[in-house]
Amino acid sequence: MGRLPLEGVKVADFCWVWTGPTTTKVLADFGATVVKIESYKRLETWRIQPPFKDDVPGPNRGAIFNSINTSKRSVTINIAHPKGIELAKKFVAWADVVTENYAGGSMERMGLGYEVLRQIKPDIIMLSSALMGQTGPWYNSPGYGDQLTAISGMSQISGWPDRIPGEVGYYTDYVAPRFNALTILAALDYRRRTGKGLYLDIAQHQSSVHFVGPIVLDYVVNKRVAARQGNKDNHAAPHATYPCKGSDRWCAIAVFTDEEWQKFCQVTGQPAWTKDTKFATVQARKENEEELDTLVSAWTINYTDMEVMTRLQTAGVPAGLVATAEDQMEHDPQLKHRHFYWELEHPEIGKYRAPRQPCVLSKTPCEVRRAPLIGEHTEATLKEVLSMSDEQIAELVIEGVLE
Amino acid sequence: MAEKEKTEGMLSPYRVLDLTDEKGLMCGKIMGDLGADVIKIERPGGDIARNIGPFYHDEAEPEKSLFWFALNTSKRGITLDIEELAGQEIFQKLVKTADFVIESFPPGYLDKFGLGYSALEKLNPRIIMVSITPFGQNGPYKDYRGPDLVLWAVGGGPCMRSFGDTDRPPFRISYHSQAHLHAGTEAVVGALVALYHRQTSGDGQCVDVSIQDCMNFFPTGDWDLNRRVQARGQSLIPVRVTHIWPCKDGYVMWRYTGGPMALRYSIPLVNWMAEEGMADDWLKSFDWANFSHYTTTQEIIDRIEEQTVRFFMSHTKTEMMAGAIKHRIMLYPISSTVDLLDSPQLAARDFWTEVEHPELGTTITYPGKWANSSDVPPKISRRAPLIGEHNREIYEKELGMSREQVRKLKRTKVI
Repeated sequence: MGRLPLEGVKVADFCWVWTGPTTTKVLADFGATVVKIESYKRLETWRIQPPFKDDVPGPNRGAIFNSINTSKRSVTINIAHPKGIELAKKFVAWADVVTENYAGGSMERMGLGYEVLRQIKPDIIMLSSALMGQTGPWYNSPGYGDQLTAISGMSQISGWPDRIPGEVGYYTDYVAPRFNALTILAALDYRRRTGKGLYLDIAQHQSSVHFVGPIVLDYVVNKRVAARQGNKDNHAAPHATYPCKGSDRWCAIAVFTDEEWQKFCQVTGQPAWTKDTKFATVQARKENEEELDTLVSAWTINYTDMEVMTRLQTAGVPAGLVATAEDQMEHDPQLKHRHFYWELEHPEIGKYRAPRQPCVLSKTPCEVRRAPLIGEHTEATLKEVLSMSDEQIAELVIEGVLE
Repeated sequence: MAEKEKTEGMLSPYRVLDLTDEKGLMCGKIMGDLGADVIKIERPGGDIARNIGPFYHDEAEPEKSLFWFALNTSKRGITLDIEELAGQEIFQKLVKTADFVIESFPPGYLDKFGLGYSALEKLNPRIIMVSITPFGQNGPYKDYRGPDLVLWAVGGGPCMRSFGDTDRPPFRISYHSQAHLHAGTEAVVGALVALYHRQTSGDGQCVDVSIQDCMNFFPTGDWDLNRRVQARGQSLIPVRVTHIWPCKDGYVMWRYTGGPMALRYSIPLVNWMAEEGMADDWLKSFDWANFSHYTTTQEIIDRIEEQTVRFFMSHTKTEMMAGAIKHRIMLYPISSTVDLLDSPQLAARDFWTEVEHPELGTTITYPGKWANSSDVPPKISRRAPLIGEHNREIYEKELGMSREQVRKLKRTKVI
């Protein structure tokens, strides 16, 4: 491997749970030195949440922790200890970027707010990624991604019109880190040019609302309030997930153009119904969509999801099987070809796989290295980064600063 | 918003040539909001993405697409047919002063016209080329088609393989493509990592963004470590508990929890219910320390939930959120677009941006900055461009063409 693109960028990372660690994984996989500052006193959520390897709990055994904390170093510091705060500040003095995703106001309460950090390092870039941001009446309201998905407008448009809103899990957790990472990268370039640091007070809520932008404008302009549509699209039919051979197996099919419809009919062997005028145009198919879906299902059920996908895509009809984790990790030839999962060797859980960054850079691709054991790099980092001696470190251990 | 108001942004010095369709529009929008000079290059007559609704006053015209408006803020716009030789020459000129080209054509398309990376690199070795496609630039699926629903499926999103009603098919989030927004946003990450590398090396490069890779965000670790796949809609607990609750005018998201977390979740809610006389003595003295989804019986859970539903049904979403903040309860409403526009938090954060549309004689409220940064925050510097709005500005003023040359290009439908 050559030089990684972000080599030399130093990150003091106070993030935990999902959004923050996923943000700093981007920087770490692309080569930044990311020091994850955590504590035995209050273990990071994904060090104590299942699933664990072989269902045996342990701070180094979590599936999700090891997937979203790749390529980082772990340093344990007890921030509640007065000397712990002092030590954390030394990492701030070392860092280019400080990241955190506690509820709004938490870092300030701990004595690590931006104003303090700026005194230590005038050109520091600090990312605060709270749910609601650091200001406003809801600033310190804590919560998880599913709740943010609810209040950001996605749950309202998920699921079936005749039922309560459908769950889309912690959806915004997959949206917010992208905005966090790109804004840090933009700030790094800004600092390089101007010498100025920045405080990036990013509300995950604000980032997320950008993903419902068009329907926000529809309300602003037309006073139309978006409601759930299941899998329907106003300009496509068939447009749904259809049952395939096997238990709970499905394939999505999305036919937009007449050309795609013709090809779809050919692949299905042109049974009589495909020639019926009530399915001749997209408008007609939309009008008779329920009947159409029944007929399409009666065709798809005879094949595996992979057969439906391959036969349709080969003919130029958009189709995709509904992938399980097993499909993605073992059977998807595209992900395999593009080396999406990296196989890593971990001292406690053995071989495991973690995803790379979605962007593949031709000259400087990312490199995924295994996630750290808790406190794995404490001693080495204190020596290398802060030039501390064995005696100084021993003292901190005895005083409980490194717990 | 006039051009003269253009202010410093994090990416001010950089120029982006945006050739994308709906799959990649978000990328240029974000870079533009960060201050880059983004030039949207449309084919003569306008991009097809202008046909995507919703539309201003439901008038389905290319200059009235709200979808287009939302994803093309802070861009200038020119028309150019890059399938024509004259168009290719103009594009090559533009590449010489550009930092980024973003495109979402099928793999190999630009190569056919001598505009692929290997050609552009010779004109400008610093150019960074960002390509956004459904399945990436290589591999057995590279020519497969990928509209939103298909990408949700292969990405195995949460509503596809985990949540959902078992008597209904897997579903996606309704309306415009979420997959394309994920990819466009992620593409900015790749573009800026490449920019960082260029600052030290002087070299540009290609950034290959597969939307499938972007949609593959849902954890797979339990399969990887334990060879276990959770069935769709399968509950991990032995009892039925409600997560999405009806209230007076919609729904709220709320989950009862016991043990130490009850302090944050359950107890403050019951106290609030008691304050309003809507919790009975049994509930008021309930032992939350020992409440658990594994040991508490269904009968007890139902008894708690009955009172809770009555309480929620007596309040609106707005009242529930205000109460949740006041009592510090982790409860959130399921917001509609109306609720978003009414949010006191988004207003206090100065999130909404009024953007003038003089041609429509109106001002439209847009989602604005995602970061309230101390300096140079993201900002909408102008509304989306009209078709060919900046042709003269770019072709005459910048490339030094004569009025007659530009007219000729227009006549021959190159621009």
